[in-house]
Amino acid sequence: MDDILRAIEKEQLKEREPFNTGDIVRIHERITEGTKERIQVFEGIVLKRSGGGTQEMVTIRKISSGIGVEKTYPVHSPKIERIEVVKEGFVRQSRPYFMRRLRRIR
Amino acid sequence: MARGILGRKIGMTQLFVDDRAIGVTVIETAPCTIVQIKTIESDGYNALQLGYGEIKESRVTRPIAGHFSKAGVTPQRHLFEIRIDNPEDYTVGETLSVDLFEEGDKVDIAGTSKGHGFQGVVKRWNFAGGPASHGSHFHRRPGSVGNCVRPGRVIKGKKLPGQMGSRRATVRALQVLRVDPERNLLIVKGSTPGSRGAILELGKRHG
Repeated sequence: MDDILRAIEKEQLKEREPFNTGDIVRIHERITEGTKERIQVFEGIVLKRSGGGTQEMVTIRKISSGIGVEKTYPVHSPKIERIEVVKEGFVRQSRPYFMRRLRRIR
Repeated sequence: MARGILGRKIGMTQLFVDDRAIGVTVIETAPCTIVQIKTIESDGYNALQLGYGEIKESRVTRPIAGHFSKAGVTPQRHLFEIRIDNPEDYTVGETLSVDLFEEGDKVDIAGTSKGHGFQGVVKRWNFAGGPASHGSHFHRRPGSVGNCVRPGRVIKGKKLPGQMGSRRATVRALQVLRVDPERNLLIVKGSTPGSRGAILELGKRHG
């Protein structure tokens, strides 16, 4: 990529705690409802990271009352207050999709 | 197109504006030197001729070099014109740069669109084409192009196969998101014609 583009993207990047796929992370997302603002926390396992620079996305999977839920966030969105690593994981794949088929996880 | 300069498309990226991700085009410009001022008396219309881009002295042909030396400026790679109403406000040798634009301005951007070569009607004009199978032999053809003896010819402007792209294209009213006079950069919302490195004309909209 062009140096100029990279420099422009760099200004947008947020300082995020380093994390990998397989880690369990907590996403603190600012949610605006009308005039009120609150932080919603979504905790789960990192299923994939895709893209680079400002366009990087992260997919988090968790089991919510017995149903698998996946949410995808832009890593450097200003709406994401913080990404907190709860537990480091160990997976051999960069995209551990096999977890979708597991009967019981966490 | 009103006052404007030339620039080079650097590429597209994504910026967060008001917490929303927006696709933007980054354009690198350089100060454009006024090489000639055309007036109604001398040329029949009012315009500024601007130069943009570096060029090796040895690459400039003698007649072109003479044109530049008459203006007393170093030779530039590209020459282009913008129409203006008040030629007396400018002098030859002056430069116009990105600071002519402001955040929130609307600009018209023109350039040469990406070339797609000789394309059929499906790609070029979004014709639906025929069935792929079930014994059909009518796949991507244009079909009938007109009537019989009346008018006995194909109507002008009929959508047919031909060269697609690589022609002048203008995208109008793009919003300026950021101006960086230090780095001579302009960031606009949305896409512009051409591939990366394409030369673009940037013009400010009236009003």
